[in-house]
Amino acid sequence: MEIVMAIVVGILITVAVYLMLSKSLLRIIIGTALLSHGAHLLLLSISGLKGGAAPLLGEHAKSYVDPLPQALILTAIVISFGVTAFFLVLAYRAYQELGTDNMDQMRGNEGND
Amino acid sequence: MTLLHWAIVSPFLFAILIPFLYKAFRNVHTGWFVLLLPVALFAYFFQFISMTKSGDTIKETLEWMPSFGINFIAYVDGLGLLFALLITGIGSLVVLYSIYYLDKKKEQLHNFYVYLMMFMGAMLGVVLSDNLIVLYMFWEFTSISSFLLIGYWYHRERSRYGAQKSMLITVFGGLSMLGGFILLYLMSGTFSIRELVMQSDQLMTDALFLPALLLVLIGAFTKSAQFPFHIWLPDAMEAPTPVSAYLHSATMVKAGIYLVARLSPVFADSGVWLWLVGGFGIFTLFWGSFNAVKQTDLKGILAFSTVSQLGLIMSLLGVGAAALHYTQLDDNIYMVATLAAVFHLINHATFKGSLFMVVGIIDHETGTRDIRKLGGLMNFMPITFTIAMIGAFSMAGLPPFNGFLSKEMFFTGMVRVLEMDIFNLDTVGMIFPVLAWVGSVFTFIYSMIIVFKPFTGKHQPEKLDKKPHEAPLGMLISPIILASLVIIFGFFPNILSERIIAPAVAAITPSLIEEGHAVEAHISFWHGPTPELFMTFGVILFGILLFLLLPKWRKVYTWIPERFTLNSFYDGGLIGSERGAYSFTKGYMTGFIRTYLVYIFSFFIAVLLFSLWFKGAFAINTEELAPIGIYEVAIALLLVISSVTILFAKSRLTSIISLGAAGYTVSLFFVLFRAPDLALTQLVIETVSVALFLLCFYHLPPLSRHEERMSFKLGNALISIGVGAVVTLFAISAYSTKLFDSISSYYIENVYEEAGGKNMVNVILVDFRGFDTLFEICVLAIAALGIFSMIKLRLTRGKEG
Repeated sequence: MEIVMAIVVGILITVAVYLMLSKSLLRIIIGTALLSHGAHLLLLSISGLKGGAAPLLGEHAKSYVDPLPQALILTAIVISFGVTAFFLVLAYRAYQELGTDNMDQMRGNEGND
Repeated sequence: MTLLHWAIVSPFLFAILIPFLYKAFRNVHTGWFVLLLPVALFAYFFQFISMTKSGDTIKETLEWMPSFGINFIAYVDGLGLLFALLITGIGSLVVLYSIYYLDKKKEQLHNFYVYLMMFMGAMLGVVLSDNLIVLYMFWEFTSISSFLLIGYWYHRERSRYGAQKSMLITVFGGLSMLGGFILLYLMSGTFSIRELVMQSDQLMTDALFLPALLLVLIGAFTKSAQFPFHIWLPDAMEAPTPVSAYLHSATMVKAGIYLVARLSPVFADSGVWLWLVGGFGIFTLFWGSFNAVKQTDLKGILAFSTVSQLGLIMSLLGVGAAALHYTQLDDNIYMVATLAAVFHLINHATFKGSLFMVVGIIDHETGTRDIRKLGGLMNFMPITFTIAMIGAFSMAGLPPFNGFLSKEMFFTGMVRVLEMDIFNLDTVGMIFPVLAWVGSVFTFIYSMIIVFKPFTGKHQPEKLDKKPHEAPLGMLISPIILASLVIIFGFFPNILSERIIAPAVAAITPSLIEEGHAVEAHISFWHGPTPELFMTFGVILFGILLFLLLPKWRKVYTWIPERFTLNSFYDGGLIGSERGAYSFTKGYMTGFIRTYLVYIFSFFIAVLLFSLWFKGAFAINTEELAPIGIYEVAIALLLVISSVTILFAKSRLTSIISLGAAGYTVSLFFVLFRAPDLALTQLVIETVSVALFLLCFYHLPPLSRHEERMSFKLGNALISIGVGAVVTLFAISAYSTKLFDSISSYYIENVYEEAGGKNMVNVILVDFRGFDTLFEICVLAIAALGIFSMIKLRLTRGKEG
């Protein structure tokens, strides 16, 4: 199963990188969002997907899944959400001020060239 | 700090006072105050002569950075003392001359004397330091102060050009010299020149010996204007004439000579040293004298003449190194070369200093230095003419001046090269006497030009700005003293030989002086009918002939077109490297974020794939794998489909919704892989994110709203597939080579006993690893504040309020 997950993560990252190389700002941010999905899934699968109960002691199971990567992913999800929200508002403000979402047109002004 | 240390740094300390003296006594020329210091220092150093004569030395240590082996060790021996006397003696004369040369109302005297004192202190430091790093420090001080002095009239473009050129070349040499010093330290473990000399036998066999030798020589050659680094010296002539006389004839350009002489005991056993120092020296002698004849500016002639004479001294030091291979001192005829080098060093300082001062007087009294405009000044300036004649005849090597003696010794040294049977000198060594003789002929010609072009011939008053007349007496004192020294050293050379030359030679070739022998430094005026004498006759004969026929063969100089001169190489190289760097930066810094991402991703792929391949780190281990379930595969397919849909989506709405689908699928994964907290968080956050995406989508600018599919780009596709493949390979490889078990069993066992909770993930987040959570809260807070201020704060567009 881990190999399948590795391939899925590879596909996610391929799509994310392709989107990040495009011209539209919105697509770039979609790309970063996909990239963080890929990273989270990678974190989860690399620690092993062996069977076991959910990490709740009330289950009284013989074995549990590893709780540590889950804690790490939870932190990562929240942080990437914060950053994505900030980027989106930044992009929104950039639309408002510059009137474009084409990255090729955002190259500083003449004076800085 | 001993008195000696105070003496070395006293010019620096005195330089601090100069601006105050300048401001406080506006009616007195600041130079009068400055004059006191070099005179006092000269007197101070003069008293060491009796000590060095008996072969003693002084070594005083002042700790600076003892843990690095860097201490200010002042060391006085014959060689250091000779230079110290030159620096302070000619320094006094130059200060005296500058008092009359520079106008106290028009010139920025405080700047001038501060720079000059800085230079004098730096030069004293160079010649009296035993520690290589301290020597290097003072060495760069001379470069900096020389830069400031050349650019003294900074409003002139030529001055700035000359200053920059000399700075670039000498600092290049200085840095490579530092590299050589560090290599020496790596070989020997000491920065002290004394200790290096003692270890010279072991150093010879070290692999770093040759690089160290080359690097140190580059430093010496750039400073002493040896071919092909001589090009800065003619452009340094934009400096005020006292500076040219002091720095660019008598002292700074001899720093390289000093370095070669000082490190000769370390390096000179090697044939490479002999050939490089001797070969470059002799060619510089020829090239400098050949080009000097071409110049029309008097200072230009003197600049190339300095280059040529420095080459002469350098070649003598190189040939003198051969003396080390013939160790029986009693009949060591090869020592004569080193002897001649030291003697000519003194002679050159005297006659070149006086000639520069003469040129300064001509410039000062007529307003030009161009020999095409000058003529017939003999009647107006008899004293100046006499001084010029003494200096130039000495430079040409005519009796009875001191230049004659050192030139005879020079020829002796060069002719004896033919008798040596080491390092191919018996075959290829022929070039030494030949080039020496040809160079001397040209030396004779330009010396005659200096004397006869300005002072004899037709007077052309219409071409001159001023009416020429004799210089004021004060201006003449210094050149008169120097010219008198030329004659005195010419008639009585042995007042120098015992006291100064012999100890200096002993310092250059210490291994030959072991058994209490004194250096045989007797300079006699008449050797009898030797080959050297006939060479001198030949020089005079051909010199006169060629000088008279000069207009006929001047065309020779047009054979080398302007494009192929070293100066145009330097200028072209400078401009070319600037342009090259500009277009290189312009080429890869495109300003498109996409380009930079391409660089980053390509680097990522290349480095990771290479290291994976190079280390053979890829492995597949199927034993530990979890079984593949039908639900997982279905969800994985869903995830792949939804993410690939984004690529092919025509409208952005589709891509946003596909992204949301991908996010919800990920949370389904979390459910399947038994991570309830993650699934919960992922669901909520995906919802908010999609809402935010829709907000952005809604506010797209109407004009550029283009609902179109992404155009396919092969390069982008290759790069993104590469990145994805690398990540997959690494994930599989990392999973297959698990080295140790997880530490999570501790959490599972202790989550209730120690922390009193049953949800392991939550206990880890707030108890075991609560710090992460604290700062993750900070991240969210900062993001929220940032978003708030981005929306509220509108400073850039004042008109919109």
